[in-house]
Amino acid sequence: MAVELDVFVGNTTIMDEEVYQLWLDGYTVNDAVRARMEGGVLDEFDATADVLLSDTMDQYRTFQMCERLLHSPAKLANQLLFQIPPHRQTMLIERYYAFDDVFVREVLGKKLSKGTKKDLDDISAKTGVTLKSCRRQFDNFKRIFKVVEELKGPLVENIRQHFLLSDKLARDYAAIVFFANNRFETGKKKLQYITFQDFAFCAGQLINNWTVGAVGEGLCKTKNNMVEDMDVDLDKEFLQELKELKVLITDKDLLDQHKSLVCTALRGKTKAFNEMEANFKNLSRGLVNIATKLTNTKDVRDFFIDLVEKFIEPCRSDRWTAADVKLYLTHYTNSAHILDTFKHQVVWDRYMGVIKSCIFKMYHD
Amino acid sequence: MPGKLKAKIVAGRHLPVMDRASDLTDAFVEVKFGNTTFKTDVCPKSLNPQWNSEWFKFEVDDEDLQDEPLQITVLDHDTYSANDAIGKVYIDIDPLLCTEAASIISGWFPIYDTIHGIRGEINVLVKVELFNDLNRFRQSSCGVKFFCTTSIPYSYRAVMVHGFVEELVVNEDPEYQWIDRIRTPRASNEARQRLISLMSGELQRKIGLKVLEMGGNAVVGYLQCFDLEGESGLVVRAIGTACTLEKFSSGSASITCPHPSTAPPSNACNSPKDGKELVFGEELPLSSGPPTPFRALPSSSSSPPPFSPSKPCSRQSSSSDTDLSLTPKTGMGSGGSAGKEAGPLKTLLRQQTQTTLEQREFPFFTLTSFPPGFLVHVGGVVSARSVKLLDRIHNPALGNARSYKLLDWNSVTADEPETRDAWWEEIRQEIKSHAKALGCHAVVGYSENTSICEEVCILSASGTAAILNPRYMREGCLDVGSIDHRFDDPSPPNCGFCHIPYDELNMPFPAQLAYCYQCRRQKVPDVLFTTIDLPAEAAVTGKGCLIQARLCRLKKKAQGEVNATAISNLLPFMEYELHTQLMNKLKLRSMNALFGLHIQISVGENMLLGLASATGVYLTALPAPGGIQIAGKTPGDLNNEQHVAAIQKRINDAIAKNKELYQINPPKLFALDPEVFCGTTMELTDEGVGSPIPEPRQRSRIFRSHSESSDELSELDLSHGKKDAFVLEIDDTDAVEDIHSLLTDAPPPAGFHSCSTETMPGIYNWTSGIQMFTSVRVLRLNNTNLTNQGLNKIFTDLCENLLKSFYFKLRSTVPCCLCHLNFTVAVPEEELVQVSVTAVAMTFDKDQNQEKPPEKATTKGGSETEDQLQFPLELSADSSSTSPQPSKISGVAENTIVSTRAVSVDYGSFADRCSTWLELLRLKAHTIRRGSVKTSRRTQSLAHSVSSLEHCSPLPEGRSRSLCSSRSFGVGSVTMVKMTPLSFLPGTRIIKYLGIINMFFIRETTSLREEGGVSGFLHSFIAEVFAMVRAHVAALGGNAVVSYSMKDCVLMENPNKNQAQCLINVSGDAVICVRETDQEQTTNTGQTCGTIDGAT
Repeated sequence: MAVELDVFVGNTTIMDEEVYQLWLDGYTVNDAVRARMEGGVLDEFDATADVLLSDTMDQYRTFQMCERLLHSPAKLANQLLFQIPPHRQTMLIERYYAFDDVFVREVLGKKLSKGTKKDLDDISAKTGVTLKSCRRQFDNFKRIFKVVEELKGPLVENIRQHFLLSDKLARDYAAIVFFANNRFETGKKKLQYITFQDFAFCAGQLINNWTVGAVGEGLCKTKNNMVEDMDVDLDKEFLQELKELKVLITDKDLLDQHKSLVCTALRGKTKAFNEMEANFKNLSRGLVNIATKLTNTKDVRDFFIDLVEKFIEPCRSDRWTAADVKLYLTHYTNSAHILDTFKHQVVWDRYMGVIKSCIFKMYHD
Repeated sequence: MPGKLKAKIVAGRHLPVMDRASDLTDAFVEVKFGNTTFKTDVCPKSLNPQWNSEWFKFEVDDEDLQDEPLQITVLDHDTYSANDAIGKVYIDIDPLLCTEAASIISGWFPIYDTIHGIRGEINVLVKVELFNDLNRFRQSSCGVKFFCTTSIPYSYRAVMVHGFVEELVVNEDPEYQWIDRIRTPRASNEARQRLISLMSGELQRKIGLKVLEMGGNAVVGYLQCFDLEGESGLVVRAIGTACTLEKFSSGSASITCPHPSTAPPSNACNSPKDGKELVFGEELPLSSGPPTPFRALPSSSSSPPPFSPSKPCSRQSSSSDTDLSLTPKTGMGSGGSAGKEAGPLKTLLRQQTQTTLEQREFPFFTLTSFPPGFLVHVGGVVSARSVKLLDRIHNPALGNARSYKLLDWNSVTADEPETRDAWWEEIRQEIKSHAKALGCHAVVGYSENTSICEEVCILSASGTAAILNPRYMREGCLDVGSIDHRFDDPSPPNCGFCHIPYDELNMPFPAQLAYCYQCRRQKVPDVLFTTIDLPAEAAVTGKGCLIQARLCRLKKKAQGEVNATAISNLLPFMEYELHTQLMNKLKLRSMNALFGLHIQISVGENMLLGLASATGVYLTALPAPGGIQIAGKTPGDLNNEQHVAAIQKRINDAIAKNKELYQINPPKLFALDPEVFCGTTMELTDEGVGSPIPEPRQRSRIFRSHSESSDELSELDLSHGKKDAFVLEIDDTDAVEDIHSLLTDAPPPAGFHSCSTETMPGIYNWTSGIQMFTSVRVLRLNNTNLTNQGLNKIFTDLCENLLKSFYFKLRSTVPCCLCHLNFTVAVPEEELVQVSVTAVAMTFDKDQNQEKPPEKATTKGGSETEDQLQFPLELSADSSSTSPQPSKISGVAENTIVSTRAVSVDYGSFADRCSTWLELLRLKAHTIRRGSVKTSRRTQSLAHSVSSLEHCSPLPEGRSRSLCSSRSFGVGSVTMVKMTPLSFLPGTRIIKYLGIINMFFIRETTSLREEGGVSGFLHSFIAEVFAMVRAHVAALGGNAVVSYSMKDCVLMENPNKNQAQCLINVSGDAVICVRETDQEQTTNTGQTCGTIDGAT
C-alpha cells in the first residue's frame, strides 16, 4: 500500500512561512519534515509524521511552481495561476530575495559568472549554507545584476521597482551589483574581518558620492544629464581630478603646513597624539596615493585593501581607538581647507567624505 | 439572424517564448464562432503583444449562441513552417444571453493548452446584441437563468416552483474514434473539450426549452454530469428544478433569504403577521391533528398498506411493480393519462394549471434548502440503484450512431438517448414509488450519479421523501419573505418537518414512534435520515458533526453479465452495512438525525467502494437516542463476558465523551401529556422514551432498491430483523473489528468542526474568512491478498488521514468549520483507490453567544428594547413568559418545564433574541402591528426548548460581528475571486448572479517525471482549473463563485510511459457580492456591535 498521489490545492494558495523558509534554505523534503518535527509543530497540533510529510510535499510543490514567477516579481502580482493576497506576495518576494550575509561575503566583488557558480560547492562547504540555497542566492544576484545593468537611473530605485523589494534589501542588492561591477577585492585575508554590512555601507557611500549619478553636498559640478547616467560606474572625471590632490604630499611645504595644522588641533585631545604626529606623513601619503591611483581599474579593485594596509593597519598597530581615528580624520580633512595654496577643496571634500565614513565603518576588530 | 456576437482582442501578456533563437514570439489570434473565423494581425517579437483588434462580428442564431462557445486560439506565426498553437480560450457566452446576468465579458483569460497548461494570458472583450425572436417554434431558450445553487437564490423569491426538469445528450467520444489513432493528443483533447462544451450548451438549451414550456424562467439546483462510457460514447445529462423567480428589492432580500445565518428568528411569536398570509393558513390547515389532507391520501389511494421493507423481498418488488404498472407510461406526451394516477401528488396537482400538471411527471426537487414553510414533513431517504451493461443496451443504437457525423444531433438523438432516458426513467419511477410508500408526494434533495467501470455502469439516485406545502406550487402564492403562516399552524414550525408523514397505523416499515419532544402533539420517528440541509427553523441541541460510513468489498474479476450480476448481488449488502455503520456512529455520538446524506458506491474491476457522508445532529424534536449494547455470543463464558463488559464500557465512555464534545445536553422535558408522561430520562442506555407504540425492533428510513440489467427488481430491508439494532453481537472477529472501527474515528481536534452540509448546526458567528480547497489522494494497494477487512481498514484510514491532513493544513484558521465536505471515491484502476474532496473552511467567532454573561446580555436587550422598540410592554411581557420560574410552572398544565440550567441560559439567549427582533422589526416596521405581537404570544408553542432559542437568536448578531471585524484586502491588479461550495459567503450579500460556470478541461502530459510526477501534474492542473474559473468570473464582472463543485476528476496515468491524462469538470454560480453595508443595516449593526463589545 503506497500513496500514489496526494495533493491539496486551495483557492487562495496556502503557504506556511516556516516551510517556505526551510525550502529557501535548501532543505530536502525529508530534512524539512525532520526540522519541523523538531520545531514542535506536532506537539502543538496533534498530527502524525505522515500528515507532516504530506503537507511539506504540497508546500514544496507550490513553491516550486511559484519560483518561476518569483524570478520576475512583477509577474506575481498579475499572474492568474495562484491567488495570493498582496501582503503574502510581498512576504514571498522579500524572503526569496533575502540572502545569507556569510554567503554574499564570499562572492562579493567576484564576477557573477559560470566560473564563480562552479565554486559554489566550496562556498557552500565553507559557509554551511546548503548548495541549493547558494545557487538561489547566486542566481538572484546574477538576475538583478543583469536587469539593472541595462537600466538607466538610480540603482536602488531600479532594483526596488523591478523586484518589488524593500528599501533595505534594494540597497543591499545595489551594493552587491556595485561590487560585482567594479570587481572590488574583498577576499584577501586582511579583509576577512570586514562584514558584508560594512561593505554595503561603503558601497552606499561610493554610489552616493563618487559615481556619475551621485548628487551630494559639496558637489559643485552638477551634471545636466544626471538621470540618464548610471550609478554603477565611478565618475571618471572625478577620478581624474583626484590626481590633483597629489600636491598635498609632493609639495613639501604644503605637507608640513598640513601636519602642523592637524597637530595643533589634536594636541592634548588624545592619548595617541605622539603616534599621530609621528605617523602623519605616512598616513597622509597613503590616503593621497590611494586617491591619485584610482584612475587605474586595478587600483580601484584594491581600494579596500589599500585602505586597510595604508591606513587602518598602521593606526591599529599604534592602538588608536575609533574615536582617535575619527578625531584625526576630521581634523585631517578640515585642516586642508586652511591651506592657502591648496585649490582643490571640492574634490578633497568629495574624496575625504567617503574615505572618512568608510574608514569609520571598517575600523573595528 | 437573431443575434450578433462581437469580440475584440486587446492584448496578451506573459506569453511563452516560441522562437528559441530570439527568445520572443510572433503572436496572432484566431477568433472562431461556429464556422466563422477571424484573425488578428501578427504582433511580431513580443511576449506582451498589443493587438487592439477591431470588433469581430458574428451574426448567428440564438440557438448557436447557446450551444457554441467562443473559441480563441493564440498562435505563433512562422514564415516557413506551420504556425504553432500557443493555446486556447473557450468562452461560454451564455451569461450574456440573459438580461439580468452579465452584460459584457471583459478581462484577462489564461491561455490554456492541454499539453502545456496555462501559457500566458489574453485580454478579450465580448458583447452580444440580441434581437427579439417572436418565432414560437424556436429552438433556443435564451433568458432562462441557471443556478447551481440548491436553494432559492438570494435576492430572488420563487413565485412558483414548477418541478423537475431533466435531459441528456449522447455522442461518440472523440477519444475513441478511428481518427484518434492518427491525430496528436492535443488535437484529440481539444476535440473532446470542444465537443463537451457543445454538448453542455445544447443540454442547457434543451432544459431551458422545457422550463419555458412549463412557464418558468429559471432552473435552480442545476446539476450536470458526464458519463465517460468509453467505447460506447459520451453522455452529458442534467437535472434541475424549474422555477419562476422574481427579483427582490435588495433591502428585504437580505433579511428574508432562507439561509440560517441570515434567516429571521423562528420565534414566530414576534414576527409580523400579514392578513393575506392568514388566509392561506386557514385555507390549508396543515396540521390540525394527525390526519392532514395529504397524509390521509396515501392510505386511501393504496388500500393495501404501502409496502414495508421488513417484508420479504419478493413482496417488495411486486408492490413496486404494481406501482409501476399503475403509473401510466410516462413519456413526454403522457400528460393526459397522468390524471388516472391517484395519490397525494394528484391532490396537489389538481390545484394547479393543466400545463404544470403535465410536467409533474416526477415530483422531484433538486433543492436542498427551502423557504420557510415549504417543507411540511420529511419521511426519510429514498434511493434506488441499478446496474447496467453499457455495450449490450448500446449495440443497436451504436450501429446507427457510428455512421453519423460527429455533432449531427438530430440523427443521433433520435435513437441513442432513449436508452439512457429509459434507464433513468426506471430509476426515477422507483424513487417515486418509494416516496409514496413513505406517505410522501414529493422527493427533495434529489440527485443522480453513476459509476462506470469498463462496460458496467451503476446508476444511482437518491433523495428525501417529503410532503411539501402546495402553496408553493401555485402561481402567485409563494412569498419567501413570509414567515408568519405558522401562526395559525398549531404545531410549532420548527418541529413540523420531523413529524411523520405516513399513517402511524399503516406504517411503511416498523418504526418506533414517539410524541414530538417539542410540540408533544404529533408523532416523530426516533431517527431521521435526509439528503437535504438542516432546515433553518429546526431546533438542534448542541453541535453537529461529520459522520461517515466507509466500506470496501472485494469482487471477482469478471466480464459482462456475470460481472453485472455479481455487482448487483453485492449492492444490497453494501447498503445494509453502510446503513448499519451510519446508525451506530450516530448512536455513538448520541445524535438522532442525519442531514445532507450522500451515499456513493463506486465500482472497480475487483472491488466495490461505498462511502456515505452526512452531518449528524441531535434534533430537539426527536427522542434521545439509546446507547449501544454489546452482547457476547456465548453467555456464560467468563472471559468473554469480561471482554464484552470492557468493550461496553469503552462504548459508553465514548458516548459520554461525545455528548460533552458536541454539547448535547437536551433539556429534560417532563411531558405533561399523560400518555407519554412516563419517565423520560436521559440515561445512556435508556431507549424507551414513552413511545405509545411498543415496537422493539429497529427501523430504517432508507428505502433502497437496485435492479440489474435484467430489470429484476428487488428490495432490501435495512431494518435489523428481529434483533435490536443497538445490540452488537460479538460473534466473530469481524464484529470485533467493526466495533473497533466504530471507536477509531477520531473527533476533529480542538477548534475544528466538520460537516457535509452547508453550515454546521450549532455554530453561528461566521466571520468572513473562507478557504476553499480541493484535495485528491490516490492509494495503490500493493498487497494482492487483501481481505475485505484489510481493505476496509485501508479505506477508513485513507479517509481519516485526509481529514487529519485538512485539520493540520488549516490549523492557522481555527476556530473554523470544514463545511460541505464532499468526498468522491473512485477506483480508477485495479488496485488504485482515489478519493477527492472539495470543501470550504469557514472561520467563526470563538465567542459563541451562549457563553455570554447572562445579566449583561439582559441589560443590553432591555436597553435596546426601551430605546428602540415602540412597544416595550409586549416584549417585557414576553420575557417573563419565556423565562419562567421552574417552581411556578411545574403545576401549570399549558407550559413546559425547563430545567434550571436551561433557564439560566435562556436569559442570555432571550436578550439576543431581542436584538434579533429589533433588527427584524426595524426592517419590517411598516408591517408590524401591536396586536400581532400579542397574538403570537398567545399562540406560542408549549414546548419551547432552550436550544431552539439558542439556535435562532444569535445569528444576526453573529453577522454583525463579522461585519465589525471584517477588513478589506488591498486589491492588486488581479481581482480576488472567492470560491465556495456553499450557496452564500459569510459576511457578504450577493447582489447579482452573473450566470452559471460550467467548465470542462483536459490536461495531458508526456513528461510526467519532469512535471513532478503525478502529484505535481495534478497539483498544477487543479491550480490551473481554479485560475481559469476565477478568470471567467472576473471577466463577467464577478468577485465570487458560490455553489462551486468539482463534478469529475478522472485521472489516468502510465508512469512507465511517463504519461498522464486528467479530466476535470467544475461548475458553480458566478456572483457579485458586497460586504453587508446596507445603510439600514449598518446603523443597526453599528449599535449592536457597540453593545456586544460592552457586553463581552
